[in-house]
Amino acid sequence: MKAAVVVFPGSNRERDIALALERASYTKPAYVWHGDTELPAGTDLVVLPGGFSYGDYLRCGAMASLSPVMRAVKDHAARGGYVIGVCNGFQILAEAQLVPGVLMRNASLKFVCRDVHLKVEATDTAFTAGYRPGQVIRVPVAHAEGNYFADDETLNRLEGEGRVAFRYCDEAGEVTAAASPNGASRNIAGVFNDRRNVLGMMPHPENMTEAVVGGTDGALLFDSLAKALA
Amino acid sequence: MKARVHVTLKYGVLDPQGKAIAGALGSLGFPGVNDVRQGKYLELDLAETDAETAREQVKAMCEKLLANTVIENYSIELV
Repeated sequence: MKAAVVVFPGSNRERDIALALERASYTKPAYVWHGDTELPAGTDLVVLPGGFSYGDYLRCGAMASLSPVMRAVKDHAARGGYVIGVCNGFQILAEAQLVPGVLMRNASLKFVCRDVHLKVEATDTAFTAGYRPGQVIRVPVAHAEGNYFADDETLNRLEGEGRVAFRYCDEAGEVTAAASPNGASRNIAGVFNDRRNVLGMMPHPENMTEAVVGGTDGALLFDSLAKALA
Repeated sequence: MKARVHVTLKYGVLDPQGKAIAGALGSLGFPGVNDVRQGKYLELDLAETDAETAREQVKAMCEKLLANTVIENYSIELV
């Protein structure tokens, strides 16, 4: 798997995700600067990491979504190439309209930094093939603007087309309002684009890939990608 | 020519910041505030001198960057 991690001014999770990719695929990903106009030849997977691109000025992800590298990322996605955006990366994907919807301020108004449980909704994708359908996993979130919002028509379409990747749930797998850290529509924590080669998600699977940090539930996502893109 | 742009959340979209401000006003002893909506104000200094062309330019800027039209409305005032 040839992966490229895009670094924006203000990104801060690029090394975490690079380590998770390297652990899964035994290959170091390339770092690509936001001002670059091309991805390295043969890139299979583009990663937009978490952080605070452009200081989150104007709206989270808005400035980054228009940076020069994003044209190459859009072309890559249009060719069927894989893209994953985590946290601020999800906000960038939404602003770039590579996935539907927007990420709004958490309903609680608070920055939320803790582990959450997620229900894996779709397992027939390159990102999630290693999980069991309905599996409950535990991964951290750390964000102030992760409240996923889309109109009902869009939400119905996402659900009908199997494009909800993860939902916030409790430890037992119940999808309840109390289990959501941010008030997201229908507890949505991650969504795919229409071809399901682009995934945006708020939680940080890259920070749950080693037993020493508390769990390995996030590693399966990177293992799934490494296997699909071997 | 200057353009003043107001960006506001559409009605029906939850505005937690506006709600927090409304709550704070109530607790400060300002009753009777039914609702508060928080928005953004941007002031653009434009080289363009023709009002109609300037409005078109700023509209394009709003659609592309300044507002997220999924959840936000915008209004443009030229001065």
